[in-house]
Amino acid sequence: MSDTPLRTDQCDWLIAVAALTLLPHTSHLPPGLSGICLLLLIWRGAIAHGKGAMPGRWMLLVLAAVLIGFVSLEFRQVFGKEPGIALLAGLMSLKLLETNRVRDGRAVVLLSFFMQLGQFLYRQDMLIAILALSGSIASIAALMALQGAALEVRQQIRQAALLVLQGVPLMLVLFVLFPRVQGPLWGLPADAYNRSSGLSDSMAPGDMARVSQSAEIAFRARFEGAPPPSGERYWRGPVLTRFDGHVWRQARTPSGEHPAYRPQGKAYAYTLTLEPHNQRWLLALDFPGAVAGLRYSNDFQLLTREPVTARQRMDLVSYPGTPVGLDESPLQLRLALALPPSGNPRTRALGEALKARAASPAAIPDLAIAHFRQSGLAYTLEPPALGEDDVDSFLFDTRQGFCEHFAAAFVVTLRAAGVPARVVTGYQGGELNPIDGSFVIRQSDAHAWAEVWLPERGWVRYDPTAASAPRRIDSGLAGALPDGAGVPLLARADLAWLRAVRDRVDALNNRWNQWVLGYNPARQQELLSSLGLGKNGLAELTALMAAASAVVMAGLTAWALRRRKTDDAIDLAWQRFCRRMAAAGLVRLSWEGPLDFGRRVCLARPDLAAQVEDIVNDYTRLRYAPPPGDDAQLKRFQESIKNFHAR
Amino acid sequence: MLLWNHYPLNLNLKKACIMPIHLCNRLLDAAGEIILGKDRALRLAFACLLARGHLLLEDLPGVGKTTLAHVLARLLGLEFQRIQFTSDMLPADILGVSIFNQHDAAFRFHPGPVFCQLILADEINRATPKTQSALLEAMEERQISAEGRTWPLPTPFFVIATQNPADQIGTFPLPESQLDRFLMRIALGYPDRAAERLLLAGEDRREILAGLPPALAPGELDTLFAAARQVHVAPRLLDYIQDLLAQSRESADFSLGLSPRAGLALIAAARAWALLAGREHALPEDVQAVLPAVAGHRLRAAGDTPASPDDLVRRLIEAVPLRG
Repeated sequence: MSDTPLRTDQCDWLIAVAALTLLPHTSHLPPGLSGICLLLLIWRGAIAHGKGAMPGRWMLLVLAAVLIGFVSLEFRQVFGKEPGIALLAGLMSLKLLETNRVRDGRAVVLLSFFMQLGQFLYRQDMLIAILALSGSIASIAALMALQGAALEVRQQIRQAALLVLQGVPLMLVLFVLFPRVQGPLWGLPADAYNRSSGLSDSMAPGDMARVSQSAEIAFRARFEGAPPPSGERYWRGPVLTRFDGHVWRQARTPSGEHPAYRPQGKAYAYTLTLEPHNQRWLLALDFPGAVAGLRYSNDFQLLTREPVTARQRMDLVSYPGTPVGLDESPLQLRLALALPPSGNPRTRALGEALKARAASPAAIPDLAIAHFRQSGLAYTLEPPALGEDDVDSFLFDTRQGFCEHFAAAFVVTLRAAGVPARVVTGYQGGELNPIDGSFVIRQSDAHAWAEVWLPERGWVRYDPTAASAPRRIDSGLAGALPDGAGVPLLARADLAWLRAVRDRVDALNNRWNQWVLGYNPARQQELLSSLGLGKNGLAELTALMAAASAVVMAGLTAWALRRRKTDDAIDLAWQRFCRRMAAAGLVRLSWEGPLDFGRRVCLARPDLAAQVEDIVNDYTRLRYAPPPGDDAQLKRFQESIKNFHAR
Repeated sequence: MLLWNHYPLNLNLKKACIMPIHLCNRLLDAAGEIILGKDRALRLAFACLLARGHLLLEDLPGVGKTTLAHVLARLLGLEFQRIQFTSDMLPADILGVSIFNQHDAAFRFHPGPVFCQLILADEINRATPKTQSALLEAMEERQISAEGRTWPLPTPFFVIATQNPADQIGTFPLPESQLDRFLMRIALGYPDRAAERLLLAGEDRREILAGLPPALAPGELDTLFAAARQVHVAPRLLDYIQDLLAQSRESADFSLGLSPRAGLALIAAARAWALLAGREHALPEDVQAVLPAVAGHRLRAAGDTPASPDDLVRRLIEAVPLRG
């Protein structure tokens, strides 16, 4: 039975499934390999439709060797995730070329299931889930085609979708109740995290501009109550104190389990959902109150104990009005005054001039801001190349820069004037998603600003970018740049419809992240205890899962065993008509023939007579007249019943 | 109970042309003018003959049994012979007798009244079982065996037998096995008031009958026979008929179920009924319409609860669901 040769329609199914399975993989497969797979599939398709014969065994061996050679050349190895998937993709296409029997066809379908899972090794978003689901439906349809007679494609797909649908309840039970393990399900140890964009622990001119090119989401925040205004939404990331004349770096600062300040003033409570960035810092609004399990550095960064490799969700409270650093240590202040022994002479001179003009140190930052504003500095994503001395060249020559230029120049100027200052990087602003009320902060919201220490006031935030491009702070990156040049498409402000679409997709993705990908042991516990379950740990969870599975399976079995009266299209349509009439109060007696019933209906409901007469006519003709039943007549019959309403 | 004046179907005209519906209508209309207010019985009688079956009329005297037989013979253009059954009748009185011909010095068969296309066997239950069975054998075989020879009966050959159910004394009711030979048993019943008024006020039926021309041209009857045989019986309808047969055999309501011959009779009658309705395919309604006439004399109620044949048939129909 299983050794029967494949029919043409079965071949077509297998090729279609292979194509559908491999298509999403093309985004990470080497283009050459995708091409090879495509050629192999086309070749097999041509054979299936009578052009040429199946290749011989030696030919296949040679092709397999070429494939393995290609993959090992491309990846320098054949082990690991990337080469493994690539190899499987190639071999799956090749397998089709020796697939001539139903048994081999099943192997191809099995492989296609595996390859659909393989997509999740790369990405786990909703789109991939949808692709994998449709791929699975197609695979099941192919499996059914291997098993049974040639059906119409639509019918086959519908059957398969129905089968998948029947699996959904069990899937949900297992998803919700299967004991969860901590950590991402799909990550492989070797590539737990390798994202390239995002903030880093150092900053050189051009770094922030590069980060801003990405529309990737950095994190989401959802405020309880009114959110702070845009000008106060500074999400603090790495604080950069050390400057070597070109690159800014973090100073080594001790961290403790409690913040070095006493939170006070207005409080904003919010939930932060941080995308994994493989760093220890979190991005909190200034200045977060104490949260158990987190660490607080002396420069007010909020840190985790381990790098964030999976999406994290935490509840934070921020107190923007808190005075910080009133009794800052002399060591910290000395670090915040340090300048390299030489370089940027013009800026140093500016700093000294400002110091001379200022009545007190506290007036110096404002003087510097005023000077920046007067010198006509332009805010741009694509600043021209800088000379030997970055800061000098930005402030006095090119006069065009991005936020890191402004912040760096400001801090250097203040340090030259003898005021302790440092660069703070992070994100500024964020966009409210009207769909679910959360703020979405993208990489394009990355920002750098300055923090200045003033006696009796402690550390105070100054944003020199705001002096030249105030709109950056109020309306985001896209609003601040003159023509939107270089702003990622998804962050642009002028395409309202695109934003609306993006907002929706994003809200959906957020749900997906929170409830599907972020469904970790804590979430599971939370959900179950809200139902009053799962207090007794694993044992209860397992019992619950077994019981729920049993219930689902019993339900499905009952559903499958219920006597389906018929699967005949004519009968189904007629039964539908009878149901509609029954709903209108006219029940067909079990023994009543169609003519009798129709006549009774016509007497009771003269308004329906014309329609009913046609339906009864068609039914008796289709059911009792000699075959072949007219297809068009059946269609018309089904149509007329579909459109028939007794009310 | 059952639909017999069929719902006005708008027929597919092209297909209807194949069916000799005009012949059917002509027959029914002509018969309806003489037999007043008995449309359903007339239709059943025609269906019975179109299905090439024999008909048993069971009713009181004077309701028009003989007239009906006459009308059928006249309209169909058949030779007609009436045999009045009596208790002293012998088989030879019906079949014919061999008489020694002195001229030829040989026995010569003199055909009896049975050698006729349509026979009205009046009051068949008055004859002795021996005589009855002679006729019934002829009905089944459509030929006569006498003196070691067989004589074919004319075609078509129909027997319309009548019996009076009220007569009890000196009669020999037909046993079940003999009843089974009749395709249908129908009753005429009294006419309704309006029909009876017409009957009383109008011409003598006998005179009308005498001047009644055949409604069919020669050969047209054969066309009708052929058309009736060609009426399509869909698999679903066969399912239904089998369900009916099975129910009659398995149900506790009946002591005697329907035989396979009854099943064949049902199909033939339903076909003829569909033809009369102008359809080229039979419907469950056709089966249900002929069922009382076809099965009424074949079913026996179980136990000693007396039930009229019509009630029995109704019970049977209502017990068998129609799929779809």
